[in-house]
Parts: sequence; C-alpha cells; structure tokens
Amino acid sequence: MALTNEHVQQRLSEKFGTIVSNFEEPYGMLSFEVEKDQNLKVLQFLHDEADLGFQFLTDLCAVNYPDQVGRELAVVYHLHSLKDNLRIRFKVFAPVAQPDVFTATKLYSAANWMERETYDFFGVNFVGHPNLKRILNVDEMDYFPLRKEFPLEDQTRIDKDDQMFGRG
Amino acid sequence: MTEHHQHHIKLPEGSIEKQTTTLNMGPTHPATHGVFQNIMELDGERIVSAEQTVGYIHRAFEKLAERRPLNQVTPITDRLNYCSSPINNMGWHLTCEKLLGVQTPKRVDYLRIIIMELARIADHLICNSIMGVDTGAYTGFMYIMQYRELIYEIYEEVCGSRLTTNIGRIGGFERDFSNTAFTKLEKFLKEYPAALRELENLFTRNRIFMDRTIGAGPISAERALNYGFTGPNLRAAGVDYDVRVHTPYSSYEDFDFKVPVGTTGDSYDRFLVRNGEMWESLSIINQAYQKVQGFKGTDADVYHADVPEYYLPKKEDVYTKMEALIWHFKIVMGEVEMPKGEVYSAVEGGNGELGFYLISDGGRTPFRLHFRRPSFIYYQAYSELVVGGMLSDAIVVMSSLNLIAGELDA
Repeated sequence: MALTNEHVQQRLSEKFGTIVSNFEEPYGMLSFEVEKDQNLKVLQFLHDEADLGFQFLTDLCAVNYPDQVGRELAVVYHLHSLKDNLRIRFKVFAPVAQPDVFTATKLYSAANWMERETYDFFGVNFVGHPNLKRILNVDEMDYFPLRKEFPLEDQTRIDKDDQMFGRG
Repeated sequence: MTEHHQHHIKLPEGSIEKQTTTLNMGPTHPATHGVFQNIMELDGERIVSAEQTVGYIHRAFEKLAERRPLNQVTPITDRLNYCSSPINNMGWHLTCEKLLGVQTPKRVDYLRIIIMELARIADHLICNSIMGVDTGAYTGFMYIMQYRELIYEIYEEVCGSRLTTNIGRIGGFERDFSNTAFTKLEKFLKEYPAALRELENLFTRNRIFMDRTIGAGPISAERALNYGFTGPNLRAAGVDYDVRVHTPYSSYEDFDFKVPVGTTGDSYDRFLVRNGEMWESLSIINQAYQKVQGFKGTDADVYHADVPEYYLPKKEDVYTKMEALIWHFKIVMGEVEMPKGEVYSAVEGGNGELGFYLISDGGRTPFRLHFRRPSFIYYQAYSELVVGGMLSDAIVVMSSLNLIAGELDA
C-alpha cells in the first residue's frame, strides 16, 4: 500500500498525541507543527519506522514571523520518503529571545550546512551542532540578516550621494 | 634560535613541529572552477583533512526576493546555477504557477521541456569536458564549446540572451519560438550526436582518463542519501531518484526516457551518468519537438496560458483597451496581490533537485523564499570524499561533482 498523508498523520497522532498538531495539506503536501523540544523524536520516528521511511532530508530552513510573540522563528523541515515518493513538511517554533532547537546532524549529515545557513541568517541556535558557525556571511557579522527586523533599503530614499553611483 | 630571528619571522605556534603541510586551494584557483576555498592538510600528497569555505559570492537572493514581485525574482534565479539558467527560470515559473493555480497548455510544457533539456545538455557537457581538462585533455573542452554555442544561439533566438537568460514568463513564454529558433534546434539535433560520440571516444574508454577517475571520490548510496545528494551525483551511487520521474512537472510524464545510474558513485560513474543523461536529453528533445510539430490550427500558436495578473498583455492592447492598460501597469509596478499560501516545488536541475520554498502572506512580494540548492547541499560531503586520497584526485572529484559557485552561495 502506498504511503498516504492520512497514514502519516494517523501514525504520528497515535505515537505523539498533542506533540504534533495543526495538520494541513496545502497544495497536497502534509504539513504540521511539532513542539520545539520534540523535533528529534519526531524526526527519528519518521526516519526509522519501516512503513514511513522519511530518510531523505530535502530541505531545512527558517522563517521569521515577527508578529507571533514567543513563536517568532520557525524552523522548517522538508522530508521525503523516497521509497513511497511522499513529501512532508513540519515546523518547529522557537522564541526569538532564546531560539534553541536540537540539531538534526546526527540523523542527517545533510543537516550540517543547512543548519549553519539557518543559524547564519536567522540566529537559530542548533543545540548539539558540531560546528555551528556562520557559513555564507562573514564571521564578524553581529546580526542575523534574514530576520524581518532588517528591512531592505528604502528604494525611494534621496539622501544617497549620487556620485558614488556614477550619477550626477 | 635567537631573539633576533623571532622578531623577523613570526611563525604560528607549533608550525615547526608540524608534520603536515597546509594548502589553500582557492578562492581563486584555476582548478576550483569557481569562487570557493579548500583548506587542506597534506601529508606529502595525501590529504589528511579538508575544510571548505564558501560564501565568497553570496548575494542575499533570499532577502532580495522579499522585496520583489514574482516576475522580478526570475532574473535572480538565473544567477544560481548559471550553467543551466533556463532550468532555474522554469523551476521558478512552475513554483509561481503552482501557487497561483495556473494550468499551462501542453504546447507550452513541451517548449519548456525543449529548453530545459537543452540547458541540461549545456550543463553536463561543461562538467564532463572540464573533467577532461582536469585530467589533462584540453581538446575535448575547446571542441565541445562549439556545440554549447549552438545551444546559446537557440536561447538567444527565444529570449534574447545567452547566459543569464530570464527565459519565459509565468504562464508560458514572452513570445512564440521563431522559425529560426526551430531551424537552429534542428541544426543542433543533427550535429550534436556526432560530437557527443567523439567526446565519448575521447574519454569513456581512455586509459588515462579511466585511471584518473575510477575510484576517485566514491560514495555509497547510503552516505549519498544521508548527505542529501540529488541529481547525477546521487544516481552515480546507484539511486534512481529523478524529480522528472518521481514528481513529473511540465508534462514530463508524456515522455519516454531512461534514468542512467551508476554503481560505485566515483568520479567515473558521475561522468558516465552525465554522459548517459545527455543522450536521454537528446531523445527527450526529439520527442518534444515532434509533439510540438504535431499541434495543428490554433493550438499551434499557443505559447502562454491566460494569466492576466502576471502575463503582460500585448502592446497594441495596452494602447487600445482599458483592462490591458490596467494589467500592464499593475504588473510593471508590481502591484498584484498574490494568494496566501506555502508551496514547495522542485525541478531536476543540472545538479539535482532544485527546490523553491515560497511563502506568501497575501502581499505583493514573497514573505519568504528559500532555494534548495543542490550544490550547497552536496558540497559538504567533499571533505569525506577526498580525505585519504591524493591531492590530484581531489581536483578531479571537485570537477566531477559539478560545483557551481553561484548555486553554492545564492
């Protein structure tokens, strides 16, 4: 029997109860939310169970929701069960004041750089990561640029020196 | 050692006692084919450890995209894997179309497949011929560039540019393929197989090439999957995962093609898989071209879907019709609100699964856009691939992985 969204949802709910919540299927992909400190248990379960087999970490990134107080940062995991060709996505929310999330590097070697990138841009502190340092930005940077508190430059600003840009 | 000496030469602590040599390969080394650095510890010529440094051409695309309407993100995607920009462009259009719920006509799908497979050939032929350069055979590379030129001329005919193509629009193409484009495509389809066969003759059973690549940087299927490998590098390890087959997009399900796989996951297998894929791409292009020629009547003129919110209206309509003028203005000024939603969409890029994770909060620009860049993900395995091997192997392994700096850094 091919793996279905319903089956994954049922297995997760049986095993984890209220730790997993907010099941949705936007554009056909099963999406849900996991309690912050339980992400590894859920990943391990999805990875190890023979009927699930989510052994491929497609993507790991973060999203900043500045308006959700106490849940400002979301770490998003995209998993793929290659055997049954099913993709799922889940999110873990962390407060921006103390964004500690357990690392998935023990389970997926691919998570190493993905988590470094996520740390680099959002400041998510992956607890237990073997080498959590900036990867794309310079080491001296002291902020996390993809957070929404850093807007891009206002394109209508007029205080720039045009000579610097070969104009005027 | 006197104090005088120490004053002039300040060596790092422990560097006299150290038995290994530190070698910086990159960021601008001819053998890296891109801007990234490897810091290697060498014992003689054997690599003891390697550490990669990336980010030299990081351009903050994900941040930039948060201020751009969807159609203005396309030129950004050009600059990811710049050896096969059209695939990135199409991947982005498909993501937008998924979010917007746009159905593209079959003719558009087939034309896109022609362009994407041409881009795949352009990508693979660079990678494979560069492997030749790195093993001491420069001729193949210089020779095969002629045929990449033929591909670039087709791009030029379709979209006006060559490297960073910005090809196509949400819903289809900005204009129909001209007759010249099809003539050039026919020329390529006629001439390329012979050239590819020559390239094969030069490398595939070449003793030197085989000795240099067989066993260089092998990876098992398990490790490759654990490292998130996709594309030719994963298939060389024996896993037949291909996005075109597993999650068909742009009507790939209508085509008959094989997915070449290797066994050992070494540099030679990666070469063979890419080589096999070029033949399959040729076959797909031939099938697609036949299908395109099969359209009759009004179907034969279709080159875009009806998406007034994102597809620029005809210029004569802009001058004469109110709705067209309004849409033109809204698209150009980026004032179209998109539906709320979260979508992940992937295409089989030159290097593997190129994914776009797009979150829209109902505004005019993406709330968040993340690129799943295959090069970035598999490059972290590089140290595992080369440690224990020779330095000269490390260079072959790097070119066989087809690392593209633009895709690494985004």
